[in-house]
Amino acid sequence: MNKENTVPALDLEQDTPTEQTIEEIVASLGDTVGQTRVDNPKMSVSNVDVFYADKQAIFGVDLDIANNEVISMIGPSGCGKSTLLRCLNRMNDTIPICRVTGDITLDGEGIYSKDTDPVLLRARVGMVFQKPNPFPKSIYENVAYGPRLHGLNRNRADLDDIVVNSLRKAGIYEEVKNRLDDAGTSLSGGQQQRLCIARTIACSPEVILMDEPCSALDPIATAKIEELIDELRENYAIAIVTHSMQQAARVSQRTAYFHLGKLVEVGDTDTIFTNPRHELTENYITGRFG
Amino acid sequence: MNNDSLESTSEAIPPETTMVSDTTEKVRKSLGRRYAREKRFKLFGVIAITASLSFLAVLIISITIRGLPAFKQTFLNLDVTLDADTLDLGENPDQDALRKANYNGAIKNSLLELFPDVKKRKEKKALYKFVSNGGQYDLQAKVMADPTLIGQTINVWLPVGDDASGYLRGHIDTSVPEKKRRFKNNQITWIEELRADNKVQTKFNRTFFSRGDSREPEMAGIKGSLFGSILTLMVTLVLSFPIAVATAIYLEEFAPKNRWTDIIEVNINNLAAVPSIVFGLLGLAIFINFFNLPRSAPIVGGLVLSLMTLPTIIISARAALKSVPPSIRDAALGLGASNLQVVFHHVLPLAMPGILTGTIIGMAQALGETAPLLMIGMVAFIVDVPNALTDPATVLPVQIFQWADLPEKGFVEKTSAAIMVLLGVLIAMNAIAVLLRRKFERKW
Ligand SMILES: Nc1ncnc2c1ncn2[C@@H]1O[C@H](COP(=O)(O)OP(=O)(O)OP(=O)(O)O)[C@@H](O)[C@H]1O
Ligand SMILES: [Mg+2]
Repeated sequence: MNKENTVPALDLEQDTPTEQTIEEIVASLGDTVGQTRVDNPKMSVSNVDVFYADKQAIFGVDLDIANNEVISMIGPSGCGKSTLLRCLNRMNDTIPICRVTGDITLDGEGIYSKDTDPVLLRARVGMVFQKPNPFPKSIYENVAYGPRLHGLNRNRADLDDIVVNSLRKAGIYEEVKNRLDDAGTSLSGGQQQRLCIARTIACSPEVILMDEPCSALDPIATAKIEELIDELRENYAIAIVTHSMQQAARVSQRTAYFHLGKLVEVGDTDTIFTNPRHELTENYITGRFG
Repeated sequence: MNNDSLESTSEAIPPETTMVSDTTEKVRKSLGRRYAREKRFKLFGVIAITASLSFLAVLIISITIRGLPAFKQTFLNLDVTLDADTLDLGENPDQDALRKANYNGAIKNSLLELFPDVKKRKEKKALYKFVSNGGQYDLQAKVMADPTLIGQTINVWLPVGDDASGYLRGHIDTSVPEKKRRFKNNQITWIEELRADNKVQTKFNRTFFSRGDSREPEMAGIKGSLFGSILTLMVTLVLSFPIAVATAIYLEEFAPKNRWTDIIEVNINNLAAVPSIVFGLLGLAIFINFFNLPRSAPIVGGLVLSLMTLPTIIISARAALKSVPPSIRDAALGLGASNLQVVFHHVLPLAMPGILTGTIIGMAQALGETAPLLMIGMVAFIVDVPNALTDPATVLPVQIFQWADLPEKGFVEKTSAAIMVLLGVLIAMNAIAVLLRRKFERKW
């Protein structure tokens, strides 16, 4: 391990806190560097703290997610990327000890407000998980489940259209068109992940959240999914968590760098990768720690 | 993968490579021991399985050998003259008179006709024993169905009495001196004569499956207790399965995790360990004494057994629900399914095979249960086959328990035969469970 840039935070990452508490280190990180706000944001995160029981995982994050744009979230393991992402469609509701404060809005409406229904929210903000998790049902049923759930189709033909279109958009239709009745779980890992993306698209969400969608895939499958993300950008707002700097650089227009639950720096992907302004960002993307 | 981890692994490799040769040596040395241990373990496994299989085989074979004769019954061919005088019937008898008629007299007469030499009272008595006491019910049924038979002579096959059928099956040792024998020498002569005349025949014992209990082993059947068991188990299944599954789903998927749910969980686990007779006492106190439900009734038996099986099914259902991967729940929730939809569309179908296994274990336990049923009076001597949930009834294991207590040779056979029926029902139940499980698993 390269030790020349020892920052106090480094030790903490290995869970061996020195004299400083996380709160103190986070305070020492200062304000977020770069432009957190965009014009006309699709989703907007303001001053969000997240706690798991007493432990704080996210510290005062401000961030906008814009339409027709991919924003990538990067940072060392355990820095709270997944936690923040899961706040965006209230998947954290399923964790009883998880508590979220601050404001998150979708089209200007608070998603944690009383009159927002999490079920409706999740239909509008879709999510693709790190591990492909198709339902143990047929490929067709996997994709048809969402539309059926929300009554998006008027009849069977409609549903067929939605399924085929979603599979096509996810770039997997050609591979599975002759076996739509096979189990979704019988596909390869990469195919499964694209099936999960098709399943998410089928609900016609407005935002798609992806948590390390390619971490279990080989480079070819990864390339396919990256291509797909780029195409999906035309119609959706996309937030993607990734551990691969190259992937962030390839697919995203903006990049947010997190450290210990704090948003350290955010900006255009090009700028972040060529000219990072915060020391921690620079260390991370040049591979000095992680 | 990012370059940081690449970097760290490349740094980590050099110290490990120096260890390799050393490690190889050590591993090689330990290999022999490890494989020997594995072999020994496998051997123990095989021994254990062989032992348990042979115990099972011994059990099943001995029960089968003892029980098989009960599925056969010996019949005696008689020409019975049904004249109104012998039957004690007046003019135009009604059904009630027909029921009470003296069919035994007619049977006795026809026996005497076969052996006109038999004159002494004692000898006559010995001869009468050839036909089972139940024979008169066969005649009764025939005559009541067709009263025109009165006055005619009909040829019938009537069940042979216990001693005679024991002799015919070779259960009576003729080398024993006559005095110590239940079946005397003159009886042997007569029955051999009948046998030579082809008047004795062994047929499949339909009585065993078509009648309820009886004091006469030849006339005792399993139908009453089989139906009792089926009715009781139906009540148990209908009550315990939905309640247990609903409880498990609520506790596992919806209930907040707090002190109350902890207490409930501990109590459910405790209930599963409560001796079954306690449930019987509870049933007696609540269902019979408080709610005034009838004694000996399948409905009460079913209620009591539901109490007993509920915790078993709840525990296994919770385990099955818990084992459904969280990623499936996340996937469904992420698509906008409500909690209830997640459970009923995905979690429950995936947990179903496990739940069914637990249910079958619970039902099998209930099927074999005796103690709590004794408490609620299902141990009474009941001749009629139950038709409704409130009819008095007994169940298979209780019937076995009762028959095992009786000295007649016929009941010894019947006991084993009833055990075979009980095992058969168990196997059938398990087969259904396997089929259901297959069906659910096929859906992935
Ligand atoms: N369910 C949970 N219960 C308690 N603490 C949690 C839970 N999930 C996450 N945490 C904590 O929150 C912090 C952030 O976790 P998170 O999963 O968001 O990290 P991450 O950035 O996604 O990491 P990775 O890159 O490894 O996926 C971690 O310190 C973790 O221990
Ligand atoms: Mg994560």
